[in-house]
Amino acid sequence: MIAELGHFSLILALGMCVALAIIPTVGIVQKNTQLMNISNSLAAGFFVFVAISFFCLGYAFWSDDFSVQYVALNSNSALPVQYKISAIWGGHEGSFLLWTLVMSGWTFAVGALSGGLTLDMRARVLAVMGALSIGFVLFILLTSNPFDRTLPVYPADGNDLNPLLQDFGLIVHPPMLYMGYVGFAVPFAFAIATLTTGNLDSAWARWSRPWTNAAWGFLTLGITLGSWWAYYELGWGGWWFWDAVENASFMPWLVGTALVHSLAATEKRGVFKSWTVLLAIFAFSLSLLGAFLVRSGVLTSVHAFAVDPERGMYILTYLVLIIGSSLTLYAFKASGVKSDADFEWGSRESMLLVNNLLLVVSAAIVLLGTLYPLVYETLYDGKKISIGPPYFNTLFVPVVMLLFTFMVFSPLSRWKKTPVQEFKKQWVGMVASFFVMLCLVLALAKEFSFVVLLVNTVALWIIVSLGKDLIAKVANKADKVAALFKQTMSYYGMILGHLGIAVSILGVCITVYYSEERDVRMVPGDSVELAGYEFRFNGVSKETGPNYMADRGDVDVIQEGKVLLTLYPEKRFYPASSNVMTEADIEPSLFRDLFVALGEPLGNKAWAVRIHYKPFVRWIWFGGVLIAMGGFITVFDRRYRRVKVAKQEKPNHADGVAGATA
Amino acid sequence: MSSLNKSLLIPLIVFILLVITLGVGFSLKDPHILPSELIDRPFPDFQASELHDVDRTLTREDLKGEISLVNVWATWCPNCVLEHPELLRISKEEGVPLYGVNYNDEVIKAQAWLRRYEDPFVFNIVDDNGKLGIDLGVYGAPETFIIDAEGVIQYKHVGPVNRYIFDKEMKPVIEQLRANSVATRTAGVDS
Amino acid sequence: MVRLSTLVMTLVISFLSLTAIAAIDAYSFPDEGMRKRYNSLIDELRCPQCLNTNLAGSDSMISKDLRREVHRLVLEGKSDDQVRDFMQQRYGDFILYNPQVKGSTYVLWFGPVVLFFIAVAVLVRLVSRRSSLAQEKVLSDEDQDRLNQLLSK
Repeated sequence: MIAELGHFSLILALGMCVALAIIPTVGIVQKNTQLMNISNSLAAGFFVFVAISFFCLGYAFWSDDFSVQYVALNSNSALPVQYKISAIWGGHEGSFLLWTLVMSGWTFAVGALSGGLTLDMRARVLAVMGALSIGFVLFILLTSNPFDRTLPVYPADGNDLNPLLQDFGLIVHPPMLYMGYVGFAVPFAFAIATLTTGNLDSAWARWSRPWTNAAWGFLTLGITLGSWWAYYELGWGGWWFWDAVENASFMPWLVGTALVHSLAATEKRGVFKSWTVLLAIFAFSLSLLGAFLVRSGVLTSVHAFAVDPERGMYILTYLVLIIGSSLTLYAFKASGVKSDADFEWGSRESMLLVNNLLLVVSAAIVLLGTLYPLVYETLYDGKKISIGPPYFNTLFVPVVMLLFTFMVFSPLSRWKKTPVQEFKKQWVGMVASFFVMLCLVLALAKEFSFVVLLVNTVALWIIVSLGKDLIAKVANKADKVAALFKQTMSYYGMILGHLGIAVSILGVCITVYYSEERDVRMVPGDSVELAGYEFRFNGVSKETGPNYMADRGDVDVIQEGKVLLTLYPEKRFYPASSNVMTEADIEPSLFRDLFVALGEPLGNKAWAVRIHYKPFVRWIWFGGVLIAMGGFITVFDRRYRRVKVAKQEKPNHADGVAGATA
Repeated sequence: MSSLNKSLLIPLIVFILLVITLGVGFSLKDPHILPSELIDRPFPDFQASELHDVDRTLTREDLKGEISLVNVWATWCPNCVLEHPELLRISKEEGVPLYGVNYNDEVIKAQAWLRRYEDPFVFNIVDDNGKLGIDLGVYGAPETFIIDAEGVIQYKHVGPVNRYIFDKEMKPVIEQLRANSVATRTAGVDS
Repeated sequence: MVRLSTLVMTLVISFLSLTAIAAIDAYSFPDEGMRKRYNSLIDELRCPQCLNTNLAGSDSMISKDLRREVHRLVLEGKSDDQVRDFMQQRYGDFILYNPQVKGSTYVLWFGPVVLFFIAVAVLVRLVSRRSSLAQEKVLSDEDQDRLNQLLSK
């Protein structure tokens, strides 16, 4: 019953988004304020019905309703309850319902929180979001219905959730990712709405900035979580593989980063107007492309949902319609736009342009590497080629290293023209960073690497430059604390975001160059030395979990004769799905991870054991969290709220009071 | 509508090219099947014992002489059970000798398996460490090769063989090879 | 019929590659340099059967066998290129995660370089145009000053 209710609710949701696409549009054309006003309620209705539907699917999982095919394929009565819930998005159908829920959530939020927008603009934006949603809901109803039943004969118990997914990471990673992917629909909708008015003034940039930054923050968090999850779950110490599905999330992030920066220039100086619109279209297009790649079966990936090509064709058709029409609209409507703002070399505008161009080039590299195997196979008569980390690392890294070097100068750059002295002053920071890094590398590193020195110098230099700028902002003020509070949230967002990048760079560089690993055969009592630690293997015992049986290893970590701790790697067997899983045990810490995993039993009580030493690896994700936080706090910038107040009090008042230089 | 700035059409054009690429992706063969690198190359050299006769040593010379099929199989492979009736039929009806490569397996188990499911092979090459498989570019079982009389690999099929696949894909190759060898013989006589 | 067996094959292959994720062999090497070379080789060689994993990360039978071969070849003194050639002769370009630079991959390797230079060209053109706009205005400011001076005389 509940499943049918969920299905029905989804049909009602379809009605809502069709109404949302059509009625406000009629209102705009006819200049009918009543019809335009309905857009808020329709958005709310859309969200409510999708939420009900989602809740019904959740109930089916929670109550072990195996007559629902999707539940039978992804759950099991012995599955711990938190995974029964997260199993909702463990497979294609349910995860797409989550996608749609997130879409309806953003639509509702835009409706509810856009009091400052003109009625006409709000109606346009919501109508676009409604139109986008029609495609999503139809996709579920027509091809991927999670509520299908397998009556009259249904299984007594389910197939169980893939053990790889029975993990905290699965609970949070997809929702965060979708909040980001789908969140880019908001700037997209703003861009399209603006194009339809034919007036590309910078107001649209101001409206979309908090939404874009929030979505971008979520995507950053989603990608960070995915990398962290892969690291501890897959058992071989890797955290990024340039897999097609990983790239599918990274490309919108790269373009999204360009968009976040470009919006600043468009809002403040009215430059790059049409370029920013194009970026907004690109970012969401790449999100849709990502959904396509993951669900169509066109590219091979261990992450991909096993879907048949028919569903892929549907998504491809949707892609063509949405993006094709947006780009056509762009070509025609953005043609007449020209800004007459001028700026010099070294100005903030020119810096932002460098940022945009380099990010787009890097996104293009990732796109090329991801899709080239398809092209190759078509052109060369079915021959296959593989493109993996060596390719991406060779091309991508130099481009972003160049970007990072420019990043050093970003806080000190000024709009229109940056005095040359500002640049000259940076020499001190560079030399200081270089010497500090030189000392650190010589003192702490196992062996000297020039690349490590260079990369880490840039990262430290970025941090130094941020610190200098912050100090400069409070230096001449009497009340330094008050001055700190006076800085805008946008400014602190920039600080956190750039700081996060620098921290991640340090983590990546050090872990790539100075990780150590050993795979050894050990019998109980054997010891292995790695990175100054002694790892003593004490044998293996049998354990039982809620839905698995395990061989559990016992490894002491000893330093200077004292046992620091014991690690318990496991090899688990899940009977419901006959899957065997390696559960590594990790001792995390700020400056290094110790990582132990069990291989195969080698007979006579001997086991193959893998031991990793991974220095600074946590800094990668710590940096990612800082970046995401940077994105989120800008949403609270007073200027966005102040403008709304100004608009309500004085309808003729121009854009709000000029804020800080940030 | 303002006049059209042609350069703004570039994104649209790039997008259309992208879509064509993706659309083509659907028509491509199964992404899990790897095409063979060894087509038109001689069967790799090897030295192995025969499954039923440990003292007999087989080399690639034993595969020369006529057009034949080489089937890579193992007892741990469920699809090999599925395709076995077709292999039996081929060995009896198609007039092509069938040689086996017992891949990454145990001799006793393999012998028992053949007793249970019947033995269509002229002989079976024991590849218990998978080395011959690697030289053949094999990555799973079953895989079936068509070799010509000179021992050159002409075709490979990954996955179980059934009547449909044999008639549609493998038989034409065999007939073509037969036709070619008749032509060469005739040409030899004439010249 | 064909579709069914392909589906079965796909399921079997996916099943096989999902079982056990970490691939841990206890190989020994006479020196650290060889171990490092082995590790980097199994990182850049692809498992022919899996859904996008390298030899290092796969526990499938073929990956185990191929790691054994890499170990043997490295111990025999073969160079990295020779190991790659060995694999490529048997499994094709597919097994190399680092695509070779040849005619069919020029676009792949040099496309980004071309794109980069296009980006630089766009940057230079755009900023030059904008900063000359700024120059014009500065000039007119200078003219304005002169005018003011003349007027105030």
